[in-house]
Amino acid sequence: MFKAFSFFLEGLYRKSPSAAYSLVFLLFLYFVAFFADFIAPYPYDVQFRHYPYCPPTPIHFFDEKGNFHLRPFVYGHKLVDPVEKRYAVDYSKKYPVYLFVRGEPHYLFGFIKTDVHLFGTKGGHLFLFGTDRLGRDIFSRLVYGTRISLTIGLIGVFISFSIGLLVGSIAGYFGGIVDSVIMRLIEILMAFPAFYLMLALRSMFPIDMPSVLVFLVIVVILSLIGWAGLSRVIRGMVLSIRENDFVKAARVLGGSHLYVILRHVIPNTLSYVIIAATLSVPGYILGEAALSLIGLGIQEPFPSWGNMLSEAENVHVLSAHPWVLVSGVAISLVIIAFNLLGDGLRDYFDVKLER
Amino acid sequence: MVPIVVGMTFVSFLIIKLAPGDYFTQLELNPSISKETIEELKRLYGLDQNLFVQYFKWLVNALQFNLGYSFAYHKPVLDLIGERLLNTLELTLTSFFLSWLIAVPLGIVAGVYRGKLLDRAITLFSLFGISVPNFFLAFLFMYFAAKTGLFPIGGVVSQNYDYLPWWAKILDRLWHMAVPLSVLVIGSIAGLLRLVRSTIIDELNKDYVKVAIAKGLPYRAVVMKHAFRNALNPFLTLIGFDIAGLLSGAALVEIITAWPGMGRLMFEAVMSQDLFLVMGSLYIGGIMLVIGNLIADLLIALNDPRIREKEVEGRVV
Repeated sequence: MFKAFSFFLEGLYRKSPSAAYSLVFLLFLYFVAFFADFIAPYPYDVQFRHYPYCPPTPIHFFDEKGNFHLRPFVYGHKLVDPVEKRYAVDYSKKYPVYLFVRGEPHYLFGFIKTDVHLFGTKGGHLFLFGTDRLGRDIFSRLVYGTRISLTIGLIGVFISFSIGLLVGSIAGYFGGIVDSVIMRLIEILMAFPAFYLMLALRSMFPIDMPSVLVFLVIVVILSLIGWAGLSRVIRGMVLSIRENDFVKAARVLGGSHLYVILRHVIPNTLSYVIIAATLSVPGYILGEAALSLIGLGIQEPFPSWGNMLSEAENVHVLSAHPWVLVSGVAISLVIIAFNLLGDGLRDYFDVKLER
Repeated sequence: MVPIVVGMTFVSFLIIKLAPGDYFTQLELNPSISKETIEELKRLYGLDQNLFVQYFKWLVNALQFNLGYSFAYHKPVLDLIGERLLNTLELTLTSFFLSWLIAVPLGIVAGVYRGKLLDRAITLFSLFGISVPNFFLAFLFMYFAAKTGLFPIGGVVSQNYDYLPWWAKILDRLWHMAVPLSVLVIGSIAGLLRLVRSTIIDELNKDYVKVAIAKGLPYRAVVMKHAFRNALNPFLTLIGFDIAGLLSGAALVEIITAWPGMGRLMFEAVMSQDLFLVMGSLYIGGIMLVIGNLIADLLIALNDPRIREKEVEGRVV
């Protein structure tokens, strides 16, 4: 398994180095998402009420006099202007940064109770990307947020591609009246402005639901919007695939229609599907972020990269505390990575796509 | 195309109707409004009738551009959409023209100088442009505008707009548009650039280009007269999509940058289940889609003699 993967990675690297780097970067992020409780210095909902909108506390190796410290440290911060939320660095207080430090208790993988975090300080506060209006550590929330943003794409693509593949290949395989009915349905679906359709479908469900349900609802909504375009392309491909002799052979040998579609027709579209899947993941990440941003997605206190950005909707907050934008940077990086990976995979499989 | 508009409006009618409650559920919670008043209102708007009767009545009226009244604003939907529509169109049309004007030449340059430094710079830009979400870009530009004070945030015109000469009026509008406009333009340039570049590269690899070069045509003429005209068809189809998206494409950016267009109106209408307002907006959006496709088909026929001749012979593709 590992050997096969490293072989694939090497081949990908030869075709397109940036795609290989992107793949490694994304795998790293999935790793982070899996171990989020351990990697984040604080749980996502811990509020340091005395530190609202605290700026990022950089990790120093050199102190203010230029002396080198082998163990990095952070300075203490003091709230000097509680109205404007302005902070001053307190050079007299240094808090060394430790690995595997004991802090707030959490459940690793949901059932192993522990209080060990990958890194942190003792006594002071470590806010790598600052804090939000309630004094919650933005870096920790960002780490927890990877869970939403990175899984929503995978699950969404899985659902919409299952529908899209099946419907598209049925339309292309049978042709005739089945084909025209399905195609008209798809055209109606694609005629909707996607953003408004998303809003309308979301309004069918109550705003305040348990967060797991909200997550599922968003995935289903985005998949329902997403499958139409794919099945159109698949239909076109299947139209030419079904003319092949091996399809006729499979029929003559007694394979049922469903068997032929699943075993012979769909596998022939797979290299296209893999690339299209990679390139459509960003759509799901963006959809979730947009919904959460306008308050219809993942609800507080649960962090998602979208609802973390909603604080920036207030221009005063945005201009005084620009670090609230950090999750937007994260979204951009992940989408760049998926796009690079998709382009690289296209070179790797040497498929010509219509874009 | 017409059945699609009908189908689309019917589906959206169903979606809004299937959602739990309606606009009046909120009113029922208000103790100062009696049950009888609400019943009266429902009867007034025809909500007490059968679902299909309701839809059919709406459709018949919509065909005559009578889109009904908004529950929330107590105004005819057409008036309500009208003022917002102008703001949105002002923004999206400007962005549409700007991005095509910039993207097509840049894409051709990138395609012609493939692999050179200029092409790499353009490709890198378009990668970032399609990857950075437009809402994030909007926040970045708003941060820039707030920090430097160079551009206003929110609003369409300045207070002294009425006293300005005509050229200053245009500049004033552009100045207020700056933030959402640049977000939209960067986003759509990036996507277009990639398409123009890859199509031009495909065309330049074809045999007729080699023939044209071999018979001694200047390279400039080969690119502009031969390759570009052949590469145009997919873009013309795209123009159709762009026209269809003029109404809704900027919705999120409008909401974030507080541009008083269709975006926020639709957002609030959908969330408060303001039935006729939502239906009206979707209906007009559907008509834009039909017009967009029509324009695209006409442009393609104008550009491609093969398609034109088929039309003349009566064999439509």
